[in-house]
Amino acid sequence: MKRPAVEPRILPGFGPALGFTLLWLSVVVLAPLAALVLSALRMPPAEIARIVAAPRVAASIRLTFGLALASAAVAALLGLLLAWVLVRHRLPGRRLLDALIDLPFALPTAVAGIALTTLYAPNGWLGRPLAALGVPVAFTPLGIGVALVFLGIPFAVRTLEPVLESLDPEVEDAATSLGATAGQTFRRVLFPELLPALATGFSLAFARGLGEYGSVVFISGNMPMRTEVAPLLIMTRLEQYDYAGATALAAVLLVASFLLLLAVNRLQAWGVGPAARG
Amino acid sequence: MDAYALSPRSGSRAVRLLLGAAALAVLGLFLVVPLAAVFAEAFRNGAAAYLASVRHPDALAALRLTLLVAAIAVPLNVAFGLAAGWALGKFRFPGRSVLLALVDLPFAVSPVVAGMVLVLVFGRTGLLGPWLAAHAFPVVFAVPGIVLATVFVTFPFVARELVPLMQATGSEEEEAARVLGAGFLTTFLRVTLPNVKWALLYGTILCTARAVGEFGAVSVVSGHIRGRTNTLPLHVEVLYDEYDFQGAFAVATLLTGVALVTLVLQALLGRRRREERR
Repeated sequence: MKRPAVEPRILPGFGPALGFTLLWLSVVVLAPLAALVLSALRMPPAEIARIVAAPRVAASIRLTFGLALASAAVAALLGLLLAWVLVRHRLPGRRLLDALIDLPFALPTAVAGIALTTLYAPNGWLGRPLAALGVPVAFTPLGIGVALVFLGIPFAVRTLEPVLESLDPEVEDAATSLGATAGQTFRRVLFPELLPALATGFSLAFARGLGEYGSVVFISGNMPMRTEVAPLLIMTRLEQYDYAGATALAAVLLVASFLLLLAVNRLQAWGVGPAARG
Repeated sequence: MDAYALSPRSGSRAVRLLLGAAALAVLGLFLVVPLAAVFAEAFRNGAAAYLASVRHPDALAALRLTLLVAAIAVPLNVAFGLAAGWALGKFRFPGRSVLLALVDLPFAVSPVVAGMVLVLVFGRTGLLGPWLAAHAFPVVFAVPGIVLATVFVTFPFVARELVPLMQATGSEEEEAARVLGAGFLTTFLRVTLPNVKWALLYGTILCTARAVGEFGAVSVVSGHIRGRTNTLPLHVEVLYDEYDFQGAFAVATLLTGVALVTLVLQALLGRRRREERR
């Protein structure tokens, strides 16, 4: 008995699956974001410029970008240290410590926010000794930085770990046998390999820091001109029904997020090979 | 791993000790101490006070609302993840990479902006606002808004687990099942699903954890009506702002418990999920 020829495309369900994907994506994500873009486009550019240049808004944008940048850099360095030790040292309880790295992802931001605030408040476990040293943390920009580093660490560790695991030890042996010191081996052999992952982790932490609200709102103290981050100012404007003010600021954040998303995609293409697995 | 301990490439003993100690200090300071602070503050006034805070009617109402929102949002995004996995993982078509990037978009958007776009669309002065008001179906400052905000922020979790995996496993097994006469449903349930079950579970757990803990986006659309539109994270904020610190941390332990269970499940499922990827 002769079987009918098999169609080249015999897997069914492409149409319905794609249709549902597109519909859900449009309803949940694209339509609401399009509403924001449209209402920003309806505003005269001069109006947006005026809102963004107002001292309180400009201060919050400077603070948000500056702190997100600095915290992402610190998180990338601390993440490199943690990833290095977790991959290369045989620590007791390594699996437990490794699981703990994701805590900032898993812990609701409001809980992280009140916990960090209580710790770093002038009468807290860490805040009291730090205040005695003349370094107040809670309700200062430094406090916001601490919260953002807390959030950024897992991004750096999780992008670096797979790259560190996949590095061929023989390359380092070769460098050492050719007379390189440990420092030279790290700088000239390891670091170039790690750089794409480090940059990816940094960008992800930076993007997260720009938009962060929950863990920052408690520790910042929310003083206009001093410790008021952009997401918080958006919230304030919404509560005052100042939709134009909120829209202008949200548009700035959205454009920054888009550019960072593009940068991360480029970085992942750059790290083709080990880092792309991430 | 042992090879590293013996090889000169991991540096001298002193350097190793120093790095290990520094990593443990960072882990302790940034991750363990905040976790300990949550429980220490929650039980500061004894177990009876803790139980009273957790059993307070407002806390129980917040718990019920949080569970309800997660029970609606998570299945929707699991269904979306399966559809996206099938359409984007098993098939190649023009525009696929753009769609993949769009699926990840909610991760790049600030939660406050995510909540704000919902206000722009569904709020009193929004695009659909007048129509919703005429039909007495409030979205903003009501439960539907909280659900929408939660769906938005948890949107990519399941899809980003399933798409790469379904792409890696290919479609030969499904095609074989089809040739042997299995229908779409049988093929999906008996061939596709068993191949991706751990990744599906992993993504669902991350999605649930975020749905339960989301703060920023929900905060914008909730209106903070006690006993009616307060989720657990919002209730933590309300208590904290009223200087009921012990109560805030007591409710926060519930959310911290969810986070810790998530971390344990992640660690347990992580290896099976990686094996599935091979």
